[in-house]
Amino acid sequence: MTIRVAMPAHLRTIAKVSGDVEIDVAAPVTIPAILDALEARFPALQGTIRDHVTRIRRPFIRFFVCAEDWSHHPPEAELPAAILNGDETFLIVGAIAGGKKNNWCLAPI
Amino acid sequence: MSRVRVLVGTKKGAFILESDGKREKWNMTGPHFGGWEIYHLNGSPADPNRIYASQSSGWFGQMIQRSDDGGQTWEAMDNKFVYEGVPGTHQWYDGTPHPWEFKRVWHLEPSLTDADTVYAGVEDAAIFKTTDGGKSWTELAGLRQHGSGPKWQPGAGGMCLHTIVLDPANANRIYIAISAAGAFRTDDGGATWTPINQGLRSEYIPDANAEVGHCVHRIAMHPSRPNTLFMQKHWDVMRSDNAGDTWHEVSGNLPTDFGFPIQVHAHEPETIYVVPILSDSLHYPPDGKLRVYRSRTGGNEWEALTNGLPQSDCYVNILRDAMAADKLDQCGIYFGTTGGQVYASADSGDNWTAIASNLPSVLSVEVQTIP
Repeated sequence: MTIRVAMPAHLRTIAKVSGDVEIDVAAPVTIPAILDALEARFPALQGTIRDHVTRIRRPFIRFFVCAEDWSHHPPEAELPAAILNGDETFLIVGAIAGGKKNNWCLAPI
Repeated sequence: MSRVRVLVGTKKGAFILESDGKREKWNMTGPHFGGWEIYHLNGSPADPNRIYASQSSGWFGQMIQRSDDGGQTWEAMDNKFVYEGVPGTHQWYDGTPHPWEFKRVWHLEPSLTDADTVYAGVEDAAIFKTTDGGKSWTELAGLRQHGSGPKWQPGAGGMCLHTIVLDPANANRIYIAISAAGAFRTDDGGATWTPINQGLRSEYIPDANAEVGHCVHRIAMHPSRPNTLFMQKHWDVMRSDNAGDTWHEVSGNLPTDFGFPIQVHAHEPETIYVVPILSDSLHYPPDGKLRVYRSRTGGNEWEALTNGLPQSDCYVNILRDAMAADKLDQCGIYFGTTGGQVYASADSGDNWTAIASNLPSVLSVEVQTIP
C-alpha cells in the first residue's frame, strides 16, 4: 500500500525531493518496513535516520503517527488504518532537543 | 594563467571561492549543503574537478559528497563507516574505558595519483579508504588495532583523526595524527602503524614522555623533503628530520607556542607558518592581534606577519584544518577563522586581504591550483 511520508528539510534535500513522498510498503506496515522502503527508494538516506549496522534510530530523530510519538513503540507494531489508507502522514521529525541517553530508543528499527 | 579555487568548510555549509592567478578578485558560491557542518572539503591532485566533502549533522549523521565538476554539482556517496571487527574501547575523559563509536569524518585526503582513492580520518579515531570514488569505505584497521588503542583519549574536540599526510616519494608511507593519541606512520600502505612521538613532551599527561597520549594538532610536510615533518602540538611547535622517528622543538621566539594549524610554503621547504593562540583555555590570539608567524629557517626564528590582519580587539581562533597554500609561482597562503573570515595572501604572507568576511565559523580551508 502507499504510505505518505514527511521528512525534515535536510533529509528532503538529501533525497532531492521537495515535499512529502509517497512510497509503496508491503504489509505488515511497521516503522522498520517504511524505513526499509524509504531507504530503498532514496539510498542517500541510509544512515541518516537510523544507524547502518545496529538499525537503532538516531538520537535526535522522532517518529510521529496520528499526532502521537511512536519513537518508542516496538518495531513490530503495525501502523493504524489512518496511515495505511492515506488519511494521515507518517512524520519523521528532527528533534529540537535530545534528552538523556537512557531515554533514547535502543531497539533496532 | 593558472587559477586558484579555495574550498571552505564551515559550521553551516561549504563555500567555494575562485580567482585567477592574480588573486585580487574572487567569486564565491555557496552555501553548499547549507545548515550542515562541513568539516572538510578537499580536491584531488589527480583531477582538480573531483572534490570530496564531509557533511555532518548531530541530527542526521555523516554524509560524503562528491563533485566531478569543480563543485558545481554534488552527488551523495557511501556514508557507511563501520569499524572492522569488535571496536573495543579507548579511554574516556575520566580515564575509564569507553567503546569506540563513529561520529564524523574530520579529514579527507585524496590520493596524489588516483582521483578515486581517498583516505578519511574519522572520530572516534580511525582511518578509512575508498578506491572507488567514495562508493564504499574500508577501515585500515591496523591503526586502531595498534596495541596502544585502549590508551588513546579524546582531546577537547573529541578523539579525532584529523591529519593525513601522504608521502609523494613512497606510496606506502602515510603519516596521521590523532587528538589525543599522537602521530603514527605506516610504511606498508596502512596495514601496520608505528607511533612516532619520541621527543614530544606534554606536561598535562601523567607520563610527560609517553609513547602515546600527546595532543598533536597538525603535521605538515613539503613534498620535496618527505622525511622532514613540522608539527603544531597542543603546546610546542616541533620538527622531525627522520620521518617522525624523533622530534625536537622549534618554537623559538614565538609569543606562545599553542596553536592549531601549521603550513609549509609551496616552494620553500624551510618556510613554515603558524598562528599562535594564547593558550588552551583561551582560544584567541595574544593581545587581540591576529598574527601569522613565518619562519624561513624551518623553525626557531619567527617573524610576525600583520599587514592586513586585525591588530586590535580580535578574538577569533584558527582551527587545525583551516590553513592552506597554493602552488602559484608567488605562493599564496590562506586561512579561515572561527569568526567567519577567510584571509588570503598572494605574496607568501607579507600582505593579507579578507576574501570572505561574514561566513559561519570556518572549520577548514583547502586550495587547489588549477592549470
